Amino acid sequence: MPITWPPKLLRSPAVRVGLSISVATGLYGVSFGALSVTSGLDFWQTMALSLLLFSGGSQFAFIGVVAGGGSGVAAMGAATLLGMRNGIYGMQLNALLQPRGWRRFAAAHVTIDESTATSTGQSDPDEQRRGFWAAGIGIFVLWNVFTAVGALAGGALGDPKQWGLDGAAVAAFLGLLWPRLKGREPVAIAVVSALATVLAVPFVPAGVPILIAAVVAAVIGWLSHGRQDEGLEPDIDPYTERHPGHHPGAGQYKGNGTNPGGAK
Amino acid sequence: MSLWVWLLLSCLFAYAWKLVGYLLPDSLLQNPRMSRMAGTMTIGLLASLTIVNTLASGQALVLDARLGALAAAAAALFLRAPFLVVVLAGAGAAALLRLAGWN
Repeated sequence: MPITWPPKLLRSPAVRVGLSISVATGLYGVSFGALSVTSGLDFWQTMALSLLLFSGGSQFAFIGVVAGGGSGVAAMGAATLLGMRNGIYGMQLNALLQPRGWRRFAAAHVTIDESTATSTGQSDPDEQRRGFWAAGIGIFVLWNVFTAVGALAGGALGDPKQWGLDGAAVAAFLGLLWPRLKGREPVAIAVVSALATVLAVPFVPAGVPILIAAVVAAVIGWLSHGRQDEGLEPDIDPYTERHPGHHPGAGQYKGNGTNPGGAK
Repeated sequence: MSLWVWLLLSCLFAYAWKLVGYLLPDSLLQNPRMSRMAGTMTIGLLASLTIVNTLASGQALVLDARLGALAAAAAALFLRAPFLVVVLAGAGAAALLRLAGWN
């Protein structure tokens, strides 16, 4: 990245999108921090997830399984399966940004839904690079700051059920799912997975129904032919966030011909 | 103590996924089925996590205040509320329903 004066950097559209998405995403780190400590993790376990795992969906999955009485292995399974899509993002970004040396390892750590979407939403290679780093670093910093705030606040709350924090977890997962339900097919996949979960709950240990649903959804993905970037929408779309009312499908800005995985 | 082990392993695997995309040659990962599977699995896992957190209590299925949280969150999302507002709507609905006597 060329060294530029901050005022010039702030005039970059990609940097501005990256910073606004950082604030929006960082803020919901509060809910993660609070839910994590009320799920039974301590402050440092909560911080370890935000600092080292750093992928919102996987972090919520880990604490969601623990909160439901699931084992550590099941929590790890759900978090790890949910992280697979970051590998696809890494492949797209590697083709797009071609980071070299240590930057490649740093880029990998901040490869998440939002940094990928900010970058692939730009068409100029320099802007793609600036957008990726602005969103990636910005979210990493704010996500961790607000996780700490939430963890400290959550620890002081007392009985989490009285405050409806189990309801907050339900809302958080629905909020993560919602932007991915564009069209009939993803809705069908969601319904089938939810049904498989409900059927499995009485018969297998807590946490395992989630893994069964993952296998069901993976088989559907393997056998059917549909949009290749199904489900690969960011939790908070950087571009609809700025232009409410306009709602592009992820494929519209991912399939710009320069990335191998994002063809429509 | 053992939760730490699974937690740190989760962090290791999460980073491994991310790095794989940068280190493996494109051709290995160009298989469109892999990309589709990652996406459908994301939808399936999130749908499953939503329903488990709404209905499951250990190995039992129960209808309680969390159902109100689900409805409130859906309404907030339908009205295109930001993520934090959605989460607060879910918490508020569950808390109010409990206050009204529905557990």
